[in-house]
Amino acid sequence: MNSLLSQEIPISWYLLLSAVLFSLGVIGFLIKRNLITVFMSIELMLNAVNLSFVAFAHQWHAVKGQIFVFFVMMVAAAEAAVGLAIIIAVFRARATLAVDRIDLMKL
Amino acid sequence: MNGSLHLWLIPLLPFAGFLFNGLLGRRLPKALVTAVALLTPLAAFGVVLNAALGFFGIGPGLGSLPYVETCPIGWINLDTLHVDFSFVLDQLSLVMLLVVTGVGFLIHVYSVGYMSHEEGYGRYFSFLNLFLFFMTVLVLAGNALVMFVGWEGVGLASYLLIGFYFQKTSAADAGKKAFIVNRIGDFGFLIGMFLLLANFGTLTFSTISQQLAANPGWQGGILTVIALCMLLGATGKSAQLPLYIWLPDAMEGPTPVSALIHAATMVTAGVYMIARTHVLFDHSAFALSVVAVVGAATALFAATIGLVQNDIKRVLAYSTISQIGYMFLGCGVAAYSAAIFHLFTHAFFKALLFLAAGSVIHAIGGEQDLRKMGGLWRKLPVTFAVTTVGVLAIAGFFPFAGFFSKDAILYAAFLQGGSGKALWFVGLVTALLTSFYMFRLWYLTFLGKARSEVVHPHSTPWSMLAPLVILALLSVCGGWVGIEHFATFLAPSVGTRPTEAGSAHLELILSIVAVGVALLGWFVADLLYRQKPTRPAELATALPGSYKLLANKYYVDEFYGATVVKPLLATSTYFLGWVVDKAMLGGAAWLLGGIATFAGALLQRWQSGNIRSYAAWLAAGAAAVLLFIVVPWPTVLASLSAIHFGVAGH
Repeated sequence: MNSLLSQEIPISWYLLLSAVLFSLGVIGFLIKRNLITVFMSIELMLNAVNLSFVAFAHQWHAVKGQIFVFFVMMVAAAEAAVGLAIIIAVFRARATLAVDRIDLMKL
Repeated sequence: MNGSLHLWLIPLLPFAGFLFNGLLGRRLPKALVTAVALLTPLAAFGVVLNAALGFFGIGPGLGSLPYVETCPIGWINLDTLHVDFSFVLDQLSLVMLLVVTGVGFLIHVYSVGYMSHEEGYGRYFSFLNLFLFFMTVLVLAGNALVMFVGWEGVGLASYLLIGFYFQKTSAADAGKKAFIVNRIGDFGFLIGMFLLLANFGTLTFSTISQQLAANPGWQGGILTVIALCMLLGATGKSAQLPLYIWLPDAMEGPTPVSALIHAATMVTAGVYMIARTHVLFDHSAFALSVVAVVGAATALFAATIGLVQNDIKRVLAYSTISQIGYMFLGCGVAAYSAAIFHLFTHAFFKALLFLAAGSVIHAIGGEQDLRKMGGLWRKLPVTFAVTTVGVLAIAGFFPFAGFFSKDAILYAAFLQGGSGKALWFVGLVTALLTSFYMFRLWYLTFLGKARSEVVHPHSTPWSMLAPLVILALLSVCGGWVGIEHFATFLAPSVGTRPTEAGSAHLELILSIVAVGVALLGWFVADLLYRQKPTRPAELATALPGSYKLLANKYYVDEFYGATVVKPLLATSTYFLGWVVDKAMLGGAAWLLGGIATFAGALLQRWQSGNIRSYAAWLAAGAAAVLLFIVVPWPTVLASLSAIHFGVAGH
């Protein structure tokens, strides 16, 4: 137990995981056509960043990073509420959720 | 006397009138406009008269002139160039000012009657006041630059007044013609001024005179060039060969304007300028002889054209050109005082003739064609009487004003040696022609049978008659002062001629010859236009070539049109218009616009409206920034070059 607890996971692993999650979020954002999946990719990116915040906070024994994570989660929750409302409104108007067909602003 | 003359009032009073009528004249009652327009020149005349009386009040104390007034604030102050707003009152400018403000005021009074039914009454008087402002600046100028201001200004006023009836294309064109032809002369004046500055380091007339007086051996050379440049300026403003062509067209303006600007004052500015800068001409015999030849040639040339013109104002215009030719002839034989004397008397009788012509035109409803007049003496007795005086004066009959001044010029020319005799002869022939065409005008206008029904013979108001009568009196007695007194008076300004080998006897003979010639002209006119009115037409058909040549004014306008105007227009249209404007400037504009359009067409694809493409660019950008920050470029580059050199080393 002791040895397990004393042997901490190095921070680079957290950061690597965070980078992988973020990249997966970016790739999902870029290649997925469904708006809800795109939305989930954004959440993934946010949480990847959260992970690196928490890891650093633990590393440096600073509480600021953890507080920031709360902020991010709060904003993400608000964003989810607004974003889902927009998605529903878009679906009602266009009867589709494919992002490449929601392009009214195109020249 | 000095110190309280307030010369600056002379130009500024008319200028105030110009501002007042020009800004407010449209909204104010006519009476107020008239009052301001008349009172400002009258007040200016009063200032001049005050100065003149002060001068004569001291008697022969010539030392009190010239009187200089300089604006305390300098104008141009550079290392090498100091120019002040300085006004000089000397004998020459005093005479000229009396003419300008005196005759100017009379013509203002006349205009009140003449222009009473016209549109733009306030505008007319504001322009007339503006003219007086610039003309007095020109006359009072103590240096060439101030004179140039007045010189350009009278050109502007002339342009505005020629084109007064701007709705008429011919009037607008005549204004432009006058302005553009004058530009050529002004170019000469400017070059002359630059040369003066380069060679004397100053533009002040009195300093230039002093420098030349201190250096009597300086003859010809650059002085000839300067004098000829000045002469070019004078030929433009004074309508001499080869730049006279604008003056006949300038008759499109209202008749009082023709009288004031294009007969009495502005067109004589060239003569005044030559008299003002006479020291330059005195130091260049060649330039003087050019002045004399230009004057004599113009006098004869314009007089021959005047013989066959049918427009009453054009006859007078050509006679003006011819008379100014006399003045140039006088200047050319260094008889400046005689030239100014002729300027003085000419201002009276030519203004009189123009105003009389104006009152004829006014009375018969705007008709200017001599062929449609005739028999008017019964309907316009006063006009007839004053015109008779004017005709006698310009023809040079004793004891009218023109006799004395013309005689003075011819006498001075005759004494000028061999070439002077030729000039004298040309002047004499011109006198014959002058007498002929003036009596022709007189017969055609007033005598004989009426050749057209006068629809509504206007009665001539007193405001038109009074100036006519005053000018008629001046045309009679204006010359009585005599050239001797006049020359003595002017001597401090324009110098005296070298002693002449003349005698009273010779002068008497020459005067008798001149009067005889004038009588001959009258006789021929009488023969042709009173005794046998059909004969002129017969003569014209008998000599079709020469008649056509004269009636078409020697085709000079056509010649200038073909040699100057057409090539200029062609260059402007084809080279400047098509090559420079359309091809080069337009092409450059099209090129820039095209580049912008093309770049926009390329870049607009970026803004696809596709969120994922934006996100991809965003990601790519973030990746690029990351790459830039994270990768240790200096190390990488160093290692890369090390590899490179390592390879090269082997």
